[in-house]
Amino acid sequence: MASAAPTVPAPAPKPPPGLYRASLTRDSVRTWPLSDRIAYLLCWGVGIGLCLIAVAIVVFFAVEGLSYLSVHLLFTHENASPNQSSSGGILDPLEGTLILTAVAILIAAPLGVAVGVWLSEYARPAWLARLVESAVDMIAGTPDILLALFALVIFARPAFAFLSSRSENGAVVGKSFLTAGITLSLIAMPMIVGSTREALALLPNHLREASHALGKTRARTVRKVLLPLVRPDYARGATLGMGRIMADTAIVIYVLGATERLFSAGGPFPLSVLRGEGTTLTSYVYQNSPAGEGFAPQKAYAAAFVLLAFVVALNLLALFIGNRGERDRRSVWRAIASLGGIRRP
Amino acid sequence: MSGPGSRSPHHVPPARRIVPHLKPTVVEPPVPQPAPVEPAAVMASPVAAPMAPAAGDTVVQRPPAGLAEPGAAMAPRAGAAQAVERMHLESVWLAYGDRWVVRDVTLPVRQGEVLALIGASGSGKTTLLRSLNRLTEITAGAARAGRITLDGDEIDGLEVNDLRRRVSMVFQQPNPFPMSVFENVAYPLREERSAQRRRRRLGLPGRGPGRAEMQAAVAEALRRAGLYDEVGDNLDRAALRLSGGQQQRLCIARSLAARPEVLLLDEPCSALDPISTATIEELIVGLRESVAVVIVTHNLQQAMRVADHVAFMHLGELVEYGTSRQVFGEPRQQRTREYVSGAFG
Repeated sequence: MASAAPTVPAPAPKPPPGLYRASLTRDSVRTWPLSDRIAYLLCWGVGIGLCLIAVAIVVFFAVEGLSYLSVHLLFTHENASPNQSSSGGILDPLEGTLILTAVAILIAAPLGVAVGVWLSEYARPAWLARLVESAVDMIAGTPDILLALFALVIFARPAFAFLSSRSENGAVVGKSFLTAGITLSLIAMPMIVGSTREALALLPNHLREASHALGKTRARTVRKVLLPLVRPDYARGATLGMGRIMADTAIVIYVLGATERLFSAGGPFPLSVLRGEGTTLTSYVYQNSPAGEGFAPQKAYAAAFVLLAFVVALNLLALFIGNRGERDRRSVWRAIASLGGIRRP
Repeated sequence: MSGPGSRSPHHVPPARRIVPHLKPTVVEPPVPQPAPVEPAAVMASPVAAPMAPAAGDTVVQRPPAGLAEPGAAMAPRAGAAQAVERMHLESVWLAYGDRWVVRDVTLPVRQGEVLALIGASGSGKTTLLRSLNRLTEITAGAARAGRITLDGDEIDGLEVNDLRRRVSMVFQQPNPFPMSVFENVAYPLREERSAQRRRRRLGLPGRGPGRAEMQAAVAEALRRAGLYDEVGDNLDRAALRLSGGQQQRLCIARSLAARPEVLLLDEPCSALDPISTATIEELIVGLRESVAVVIVTHNLQQAMRVADHVAFMHLGELVEYGTSRQVFGEPRQQRTREYVSGAFG
């Protein structure tokens, strides 16, 4: 009786009642001791609070700045005028910010990567490595106003006249895009050193061994194998460093001059600007704020918004670069782990 | 210096950086028989006789390697003919810090045959292997005494990266660089190319490998490593996307690219599955005509399958050295007998 086989398909199996779902947050906060619950709430609160502050800053400057921001403001030079409508725009500080950031990062990035590589891959003699590490940490911790004062003293010496201009009485001014860029590179360098070094330290040692076993020198190994792998990391460090450079005020006011316009120091084109004094968005905001001489709060807001947009954009870029680097490195580790079960340190 | 025999057998010379003329005291020579065993002697031994083909006593037809021949899988293979000594170790002592990990090892390394270093963990076989291309020098505190020669020249006298190009190494973990397959194999050749370019600039004779030559060299290395058929259609794919066995063969191809005289293999199959292992074993046996092969292995069956000569090490000492047939078939030393029968290890 083959026809006795059921013609109606069996009903789809139903999950049993009370299906257990695995969850990472399975332990309920209700079971926690009171102190843990309070701490948990505080963490939450602080985290949310920080987000709110960040949003508030952006919204505030967007509202205040956008109301005054215009193409005209962005692309006209500043004029000394008691009348706000004819006192010009922020073209000079905008240019100044871009030039200064470029100069500083062009100095900081190669040197920072070099120091990071040396600390991670060479670091001999050991006492010198420790000394360099401490020096980098110390520079990172020095208030920028102290760096600015120190730089001004150094760069006003006759030996450094080629970096800036001379005043009418022959004294070395010491203030220029070059001197300020060198000083600001000290602000960005610790981040680049740190990011390069940490990324190199994370690379598995067998990559180095493999290269040595093929008869490659240490320098060759660094250049051809290790550095390409940590490129996203030091790029991220450099991007964050650029944010720090753009955001600095003290060094701009002391060592760049914080003038109204960019001054030419004379001579052929790029040098004439680089050796001349100038201004940036930060010093512009400072001087047009109620605390400064200019007193044009609307313009200060507009400039602040532009500056903020730059810094936020750089941070997003750093985040993007960092994610990509993490993905690359993960793929290396995944490939290794799939073969031998090595755990990432 | 007092004569040999005046010191206790446990005396070890003090660790020093590189001590070419320091002769450590040896009370009992670890090698009971004179080390070099003539191919003819291999053929004449009673164990070898049933396996040996009747082709005469100078040219021995090698049976297909390893697992390819079911009957031969567990039996020691017949030795290859016409082995040429490339490296020689004489009374080699190796230390990390003040701990001697290899004591008084004397061994020949010959082209035309595969030498397997076997022994339990911590017996010093990997350290001994790494000393052959001075990779031990990467480790801080490593020291060596005794002579190691490559084609008659002491390896301490050679430029270290030159030595490592001639004595190349493949590691336990497949460690391709995170580049394309092509770039991995071309990597050892690159410097040669730039060195040639430098020479050309200086007006010296000699032309470096051009683009076509580079491609030919890469293809040849991949063929020798038996990988070309699998990856030849797309050499631009990422090396880390290959399977584990392919990655290891890529590493072998990379080591072969610079045409080394000696190939060191440090447990090349321990991270691989049986099928990849069989492929690589077959490859190793095939390579022995063109390059002297030294393989460190934990796997006795593997040593039986691939090795012509076997050196058994225990706690840093070379206990027994002989043909694969002799060491596995009729070990002379008690410890060897225990080890190859699986009593410890």
